[in-house]
Amino acid sequence: MSKEPVAVVGVGQTKHVAARRDVSIAGLVREAARRALDDAELSWADIEAVVIGKAPDFFEGVMMPELYLADALGAVGKPMMRVHTAGSVGGSTALVAASLVAARVHGTVLTLAFEKQSESNAMWGLSLPIPFQQPLLAGAGGFFAPHVRAYMRRSGAPDTVGSLVAYKNRRNALKNPYAHLHEHDITLEKVQASPMLWDPIRYSETCPSSDGAVAMVLTDRAGAARAPRPVAWMHGGAMRSEPTLFAGKDSVSPRAGRDCAADVYRQAGIVDPRREIDAVEMYVPFSWYEPMWLENLGFAAEGEGWKLTESGVTELDGDLPVDMSGGVLSTNPIGASGMIRFAEAALQVRGLAGEHQVEGARRVLGHAYGGGSQFFSMWLVGAEPPAS
Amino acid sequence: MTREEAPGDRDIAVVAFAQTDHRRTSEELSEVEMLMPVLHEVMASTGLKTADIDFTCSGSSDYLAGRAFSFTLALDGVGAWPPISESHVEMDGAWALYEAWVKLRTGDADTALVYSYGKSSPGSVRDVLTRQLDPYYLAPLWPDSVALAALQAQALIDTGATDEPALAAIGARSRADAAANPHAQLRGSVPQGEYLVRPLRTGDCPPIGDGAAAVVLAAGERARELCDRPAWIRGIDHRVEAHGIGVRDLTDSPSTRIAAERAGVHERPVDTAELHAPFSSQEVILRKVLGLDESVCVNPSGGASAANPIMAAGLIRIGEAAARIHRGESDRALAHATSGPCLQQNLVAVLEGDPR
Amino acid sequence: MSAILKAPLTVEFPFTRSLGPVQSAFLTGLRERVVLGVRTGDGRVLVPPVEYDPVTAEEIRDLVEVAPTGTVTTWAWNHEPRRGQPLDRPFAWVLVRLDGADTALLHALDAPGPDAVRTGMRVRVRWAEERSGAITDIACFEPYDGEPAEPAGHGGAFDDAVTGIVAAARLDYTYSPGRAQTGYIEALGDRRIVGERCPICRKVYVPPRGACPTCGVATEERVEVGPAGTVTTFCIVNIKAKNLDIEVPYVYAHIALDGAGLALHGRIAGIPYDRVRMGLRVEPVWTEGARYPDHYRPTGEPDADYDTYKELL
Repeated sequence: MSKEPVAVVGVGQTKHVAARRDVSIAGLVREAARRALDDAELSWADIEAVVIGKAPDFFEGVMMPELYLADALGAVGKPMMRVHTAGSVGGSTALVAASLVAARVHGTVLTLAFEKQSESNAMWGLSLPIPFQQPLLAGAGGFFAPHVRAYMRRSGAPDTVGSLVAYKNRRNALKNPYAHLHEHDITLEKVQASPMLWDPIRYSETCPSSDGAVAMVLTDRAGAARAPRPVAWMHGGAMRSEPTLFAGKDSVSPRAGRDCAADVYRQAGIVDPRREIDAVEMYVPFSWYEPMWLENLGFAAEGEGWKLTESGVTELDGDLPVDMSGGVLSTNPIGASGMIRFAEAALQVRGLAGEHQVEGARRVLGHAYGGGSQFFSMWLVGAEPPAS
Repeated sequence: MTREEAPGDRDIAVVAFAQTDHRRTSEELSEVEMLMPVLHEVMASTGLKTADIDFTCSGSSDYLAGRAFSFTLALDGVGAWPPISESHVEMDGAWALYEAWVKLRTGDADTALVYSYGKSSPGSVRDVLTRQLDPYYLAPLWPDSVALAALQAQALIDTGATDEPALAAIGARSRADAAANPHAQLRGSVPQGEYLVRPLRTGDCPPIGDGAAAVVLAAGERARELCDRPAWIRGIDHRVEAHGIGVRDLTDSPSTRIAAERAGVHERPVDTAELHAPFSSQEVILRKVLGLDESVCVNPSGGASAANPIMAAGLIRIGEAAARIHRGESDRALAHATSGPCLQQNLVAVLEGDPR
Repeated sequence: MSAILKAPLTVEFPFTRSLGPVQSAFLTGLRERVVLGVRTGDGRVLVPPVEYDPVTAEEIRDLVEVAPTGTVTTWAWNHEPRRGQPLDRPFAWVLVRLDGADTALLHALDAPGPDAVRTGMRVRVRWAEERSGAITDIACFEPYDGEPAEPAGHGGAFDDAVTGIVAAARLDYTYSPGRAQTGYIEALGDRRIVGERCPICRKVYVPPRGACPTCGVATEERVEVGPAGTVTTFCIVNIKAKNLDIEVPYVYAHIALDGAGLALHGRIAGIPYDRVRMGLRVEPVWTEGARYPDHYRPTGEPDADYDTYKELL
């Protein structure tokens, strides 16, 4: 007997904003959890276990906040786990929850990820001073911008590609009521005229800092059969890690990302991802990472990813839409960002993505990464149950 | 990989365990420097190489280290190249072991490396743990971990279930047993000391220290290949309670009770129990809830009274129980881990050796 | 190696916490010397009031006033108060079930000594003189032998409700960098950059981290690298980072020092920012009293060929 198939029967998220001053941390996570339960038409009693993820505890200044959140998440008397794998954590958290179902440990599991960045300041949380170490010479963008330059050097991509991604994702966000940034007057010219912060990265090509939460209800075949709305079936899921910095690391196209995607495609029986996958929710915190990940994930040959972007293939109405929701570039509650990718992929194959729905999306990839481009988690979800 | 077995029914065992010597401080070592020898030890004892490990999972806390993403540095000790299938919980390593156990149950992995570490020496752990509390009503009062345990101990004393001499005897017994444990931080006769927070004296409280531990899990026949007498995980479960200590009955541990039932503790008697009871009064509660009588050998390692590296101490309980099975000193052992204020979250595992 | 390197590390931030309606009402109530609880679906009254029923998980909003008097359900004598705790002299931690409540509130009890405290004793709230809408508006509890106070039946609606608190938190650590990094830092004192070589893959790690991350073994053989190196990639920083006294724009670069297995990070100066390029050869510039090179400047050598550093980006 093979693994139990895993289905997504409920998805919920908060409206992501810079600061949710009207709710406590519990109130924030609860809102997403409640919406996921409502989508699945389930009650707290139907949930057997809770798996929660977020990025560093210093963001909210609460150590292991899941202990305090147990009541709000209906976890009292149930198993509860807390995952932390840096920026990929939202994806990893969903995969841990999925394993509980796949292994038949539990039938129905709530998984949730959040960040309430307004409680502190993300840069503070990310760069606590460490004695004896050289102070960081630049902000988050400064960490990633040299890799973007390396990509441009390797691929020969024209320097306009980053702006195209930002312009597309911000327009997509206008079709997503939960997205943080809603720039109604966005134009390509405005993106291109925005200040160059960490050359080659412009202001409009960077992600915002958000408060937000996302939740999913995962269940087994029996649970899926009872679901009131279309479900998303998990066809493959994997995590891969490599060291932070090492001699020979390819920061432009990390092997951990390539291996992770290959594992997911193998599980899902995908031979040609470019033709067999209908859309991608990709973790793109700086716009240039779209062409970089297109190559890393096998949608384009090395050095060719930017051509998909430039030719419009990744537009919402393109042949391989990327970040239909607006992506991390429009919404970034750090610990939740990975799970939002997974959840948006599920919404697409369920046909419930609303205005940013890709017509006929049958198989969609959700992708997350974190740390120094070292932690990857991905899943592929489909409208049909997995073959085996 | 063994595909013929049904996931969910796979037998999974602890096949190797290693821990550091636990010490008040390990300031001469970074976290990865402290951790690496135990990783090498479990790999050497099984003969496995990094590439043979199908899944890796660790447990640790950024708050102990005082820096975000501290676990990424520990990964340097694993040799994650080529890239590995890996995950991390911001929890005690016992829950990392649980995640790995689930992964093996899916059939996607046959072997797993689990590790955890905690350096309490850089900070003031009593203050650090206050940051675990509800940030609106509790954390602003800075009630430290000893104070909360003392409230629990007094509630227990008020019921007549124990008294201060009985509590002192628990600590003394644990540290006498720890004399045979070369890794323990406090061993042999240790003065009961003054009140830290009354009714708890120094001797009722765990030592503060640094340490790390690692475990290898394997499924089915693979476990038999790697270990002469695997410690089969017959059941494992964990549960959480409400956070507020004012809404709980502090003299009871319903989460431990449910976890024990789900793990099948009561199906047959256990001969050994490794309980993660950092405070002597918590052992009283756990013994009662788990129904452990005098025939059960409780905390032969000395338990958390002898060494309590935070984030690793729970995993060490599972490792110690497994090691006794490996050595033929136990046939059926219970291991327990706890997290959160006053036993808020609890994990129970039942381990068995093959009949002799 | 000399003595173990150590330095204080303070992690401190004034966290801004939004409260949500129930916690807002409770903390505002404290400011007004009113103690509120919340009633669950089955009629229990929880004090302090929580937003979600710990038993049923249901959201609860039904606020009800309780008395500022109550009974100690358990206690613990705190001989040595720690920083941030409610009283700076010895006191009892207590769980108090206020009259009208079914659950207990944690706080401090001001009492002359442990002999004056027992489970079951009656206590009342001692209000802080200055109150802002925080749990510390209750200064502490104090012994009380009168009748239970009668709550006035406040419904929890306040003008000018507190919607957030600032929770300052400070933790003090002593940081020690470990064996490998200590060696690196000590060598910097002699203006030498010293990495460690992996015994297996032979790569030189700078700064050394104690382990070769790809082989998972300790690195021990010390190897001096540089001083010159190659800019492998970079960005031009146009926004001023906090706490950095560097005029923008400046170049932040990955620099592969000669002999190193990977690039480290540094600032490039001594050349206009828009003339920095991949492959530029640079050397460190040290300033008096600084631990690290202040920046790197061009050596004047010809640029390195891309193939020589493409693995070191």
